[in-house]
Amino acid sequence: MLSVTPDTAIAVPASVIAAGFSPVADESRAINGTVGDITVADPRMTARNVNVYYGDKLAINNVSLDIGKNEVVAMIGPSGCGKSTFLRCLNRMNDTIDICRVEGEIRLDEQDIYDSSLDVVPLRAQVGMVFQKPNPFPKSIYDNVAYGPRIHGLTSSKSELDDIVEESLLKAGLWDEVKDRLDETGTGLSGGQQQRLCIARTIAVAPEVILMDEPCSALDPIATARVEELIDELREQYTIAIVTHSMQQAARVSQRTAYFHLGELVEVGKTDDIFTNPRHRLTEDYITGRFG
Amino acid sequence: MTNTLLIIILLGLMAIAYQLGVRRSQKVVGGPSGVRALHSLPSYYGFFTALWTGLPALLVLLLWVSLQSGVIRDLVVSDLPEAVRSLPDAQLGLVINDIQNLAQGNIVSGEVSPAMEQASAHYKSLQQTSYAASFVVVLSLAIMGLTFGWRRIAPKYRARNRVEAAIKWMLVGCSTIAIFTTLGIVLSVLFESIRFFQIIPISDFLFGLDWSPQMAIRADQVGSSGAFGVIPLFVGTLLIALIAMLVAVPIGLMSAIYLSEYAGSRFRAYAKPLLEILAGIPTVVYGFFAALTVAPFIRNNGELLGLDVSSESALAAGLVMGIMIIPFISSLSDDVINAVPQTMRDASLGIGATRSETVKNVILPAALPGIVGGILLAVSRAIGETMIVVMAAGLSANLTANPLQSVTTVTVQIVTLLVGDQEFDSPKTLAAFALGLLLFIVTLILNVVALHVVRKYREAYE
Amino acid sequence: MSKQEQIRTMDRVNATLKQRYGRERRFRRFGFFAVLLGLTFVGLMFLSIISKGYSAFQQTRILMDIEFTESIIDPAGEREYAVLSSANYAGLIKQSLRALYPEVKGRKEKRELYAIVSNGAPLVLREKVLADPALIGTRTQLWLPADDDIDMLIKGHIDRTVPESERRIKDNVVAWIEKLEADQKIEKFFNLTFLTGGDSREPELAGIGGAVMGSLYTLIITLLLSFPMGVAAAVYLEEFAPRNRWTDLVEVNINNLAAVPSIVFGLLGLAVFINFFGLPRSAPLVGGMVLTLMTLPTIIIASRAALKAVPPSIREAALGVGASKMQAVFHHVLPLSMPGMLTGTIIGMAQALGETAPLLMIGMVAFIVDIPGGAMDPATVLPVQIFLWADSPERAFMEKTSAAIMVLLGFLIVMNVLAVILRKRFERRW
Repeated sequence: MLSVTPDTAIAVPASVIAAGFSPVADESRAINGTVGDITVADPRMTARNVNVYYGDKLAINNVSLDIGKNEVVAMIGPSGCGKSTFLRCLNRMNDTIDICRVEGEIRLDEQDIYDSSLDVVPLRAQVGMVFQKPNPFPKSIYDNVAYGPRIHGLTSSKSELDDIVEESLLKAGLWDEVKDRLDETGTGLSGGQQQRLCIARTIAVAPEVILMDEPCSALDPIATARVEELIDELREQYTIAIVTHSMQQAARVSQRTAYFHLGELVEVGKTDDIFTNPRHRLTEDYITGRFG
Repeated sequence: MTNTLLIIILLGLMAIAYQLGVRRSQKVVGGPSGVRALHSLPSYYGFFTALWTGLPALLVLLLWVSLQSGVIRDLVVSDLPEAVRSLPDAQLGLVINDIQNLAQGNIVSGEVSPAMEQASAHYKSLQQTSYAASFVVVLSLAIMGLTFGWRRIAPKYRARNRVEAAIKWMLVGCSTIAIFTTLGIVLSVLFESIRFFQIIPISDFLFGLDWSPQMAIRADQVGSSGAFGVIPLFVGTLLIALIAMLVAVPIGLMSAIYLSEYAGSRFRAYAKPLLEILAGIPTVVYGFFAALTVAPFIRNNGELLGLDVSSESALAAGLVMGIMIIPFISSLSDDVINAVPQTMRDASLGIGATRSETVKNVILPAALPGIVGGILLAVSRAIGETMIVVMAAGLSANLTANPLQSVTTVTVQIVTLLVGDQEFDSPKTLAAFALGLLLFIVTLILNVVALHVVRKYREAYE
Repeated sequence: MSKQEQIRTMDRVNATLKQRYGRERRFRRFGFFAVLLGLTFVGLMFLSIISKGYSAFQQTRILMDIEFTESIIDPAGEREYAVLSSANYAGLIKQSLRALYPEVKGRKEKRELYAIVSNGAPLVLREKVLADPALIGTRTQLWLPADDDIDMLIKGHIDRTVPESERRIKDNVVAWIEKLEADQKIEKFFNLTFLTGGDSREPELAGIGGAVMGSLYTLIITLLLSFPMGVAAAVYLEEFAPRNRWTDLVEVNINNLAAVPSIVFGLLGLAVFINFFGLPRSAPLVGGMVLTLMTLPTIIIASRAALKAVPPSIREAALGVGASKMQAVFHHVLPLSMPGMLTGTIIGMAQALGETAPLLMIGMVAFIVDIPGGAMDPATVLPVQIFLWADSPERAFMEKTSAAIMVLLGFLIVMNVLAVILRKRFERRW
């Protein structure tokens, strides 16, 4: 699927429609109104019947979804469909917004992350996050990557910390570009490098899951390609959930795709199936470009 | 009062000119139905005529009023007997004061000599002549302007453009007042300071360790040297400013952090305006609070601990000044903390940092330049603050770093030297201007640096 | 990442967690404590001032039997104004006091007795007689103001239980007052003199009326000068000024002037307005001019912000229908930004009302009894009056000072509330 060009990815369903294919063929398999199988064999995180409110406004309506081990799940949908809100629930970043309230159950390896006894600080060490806009701290490249290990007390010596920084930058594919200027400020890098620095910063604390909120939306095509490659490489070690605005990107990097619409999870399935054979009319309309 | 009358007459003339202008503009195009043939609306022709009537006349009047007293004074002086004219400047000033008071029918210090009577009569007649002349000149100028403006009205005349150009020049004039104010400050303190430095060498002033201006009254007196060393004043000023900063910076900064990062929106909605009340309280109230509540409190408690506390201790003044500066620090810090983008907080929290770790490791370092700029501004304010120290700090210039002792400051000395009876040319009075110059320069440097730092910081996040 | 490695990491994270949360709690408490401390200071200041000052709004008066004896007031019986206005009214009071305490003998003790009534009391009688000469020869009961020491005693600021040598009022005087209290001939009344009177050396006669009028004239001058000039400068800088070095210079100047110590403006006023232009010292006109220069930066900065808040689309719309730039600004932009400008002006005026130091420089610190009748009369202003009274040694002046502060803060609160209301009322979201 990774080699599929954008053109063909969209062209396929269009021809299917032309053949008179019914948009929702298999209503019986829908759970909570979601078409497709929300579960996976080996889940890392499981979300069940999640509702999110901003004040009185319902932003996420009854969403259930598994995120499997060592897979990349892409969340797509039009602006304001709730995909970012859902992503931010997975490491409780929504806690920082006063008026935001989350109902339902989200588990990380059987542990309910909204349990009142659960501590968000170690949770966020386990479930890291990469943001839409590259947001390196105005510190040196080294200090950016070392920030997480330092605050969490992961290392006991300088050399250990050096190792973690180098390893993280290596994994993020940035080491060769910055190894001679680790003391320079992180904000001086190019946009793509900054985003990879942010990824390095996230993996420096050895998370299990990495959440990515439109990580390429502020990058140019070449930098985007580089980050996408990186995501594919990281999949071997981490579980990744990525929100993206670009269907092509979802098609290129993910194994499963979830389509959100107006706060509901409309359809989920293997990426190949979703793009070649969408079963819900809304999904089909979206990926064929009728709206969004 | 004559000038007020003149201004009222001028305003009346301008109103008439407006009406005349409007009428004529309509008449030249053959009645109100033809106004479309005019270049501008009739009201612009009215304004045009009114401006020609009022502006030149008002400018001349302004000039007249500002020069009048100087010219009259010179004329009166030139008519005084030789013995009086050769008096030193300071005494001549007193004589002229007496003449003016006599002319206005006020009580005069000392005896009234026939020469004085004559001079005051002369003064009075000159004043009346001046008023009469200004009346004639200003009014005739106004009528000339009216005629000139009125005659220029023609259908193709671009009255609107002219009126707008005039208004624009008035706007420009208003905007330059800031420059003239700065210029006025610099010149007024500079001239007097130069005269001061002709009497007292500048090195004695800047590096002297003694300040006792009371000595220097007249050159022929014993102990006339008087000491004008500014160091003890500056040490006192800095000591009080330091105490103020030690109070204001931690409290102000931490309140800003708590209110922007921790407090719930309801608590913030009440606490923030309540804290800002501190910023609106006049400094004289702080001074009263310092002198009558805080100073005795510190003194009594110090005595209980066996400490020797002066009743005008630097600590009391500094403490209260610190309270005054809290809202200043907290609102400036609040600004810069809020300017740190939310994505920075998200990045830190998203990696599992606690809030305080985020504040200490990410927000404060990022906001540091802005906070430093704010603190510099606050220091400049503390140095220039007057009423608290006048009321709560002492007058004796002790060179000490002990906050329990009494110290004096630059502003206190300016006030003591200039309030009350003064001879304008004595070194004592001139010293106040030299202190003012010093104060202006120091605060100016602090302000320029601080504003520069703050602006650079804002640009970094915009 | 292997499961093993993951568990090791989480162990390390958890190991320091308790410590980190401890630090978090301490930091948070420190912040809360700072806010609390700030609020305590606010409360403390208000408490200390109100508790000291509220009693000044009351005045102690003594009920006296006054016999308007003709032989003392107008022996000739011709009721001439000159005679009536300079008559010995103090004699009437002394006569009445002697009648009240016939046991008082000796010159020293008599003098102490006469001192329980204010020096201003004869003036009250004089007013009465001048208004109605028919009073002469009659006998009336009148409430006359007591001396400030008696006032303090009645208000409880002088402790009657301490030894005689440690208080200002001797035992015999206390006994006289206690007799008056027992007869209910000494009472506290609302103190109108304090609000309407001019300054005085006698605390019981001193009022803030003169200072309030002085502040009013000064503020009117400040407003008349600073509002039009400030708005004009802001309009030019924001709407017309080209971006060049001159404009930069103007802007740097405005920002700096906003931070120049106020006393320096006083020096400017002294050197330029008084010594160079020869304007009168102590006049509200000069005070207003100095305060204008001080408040201009505030007004200009606020007005520019208000102009900036008007979206460019409004200007474009006006220009699009053929208005000149001047018309677009004066017909559309200026009215829309007026609430913001007025808010800034009120805040500037509040600053000017509380300002003291520069006015000391231009001589508005003189002791002035008369209430000023115009901008050229010698006057003082409310904050300077506070400064002057705060320096006075009498205990009664401390009460007056606090009360004057209450009045000043009252004015400031009203002005600030007005500014907030204005901002809320006209706040516009584009």
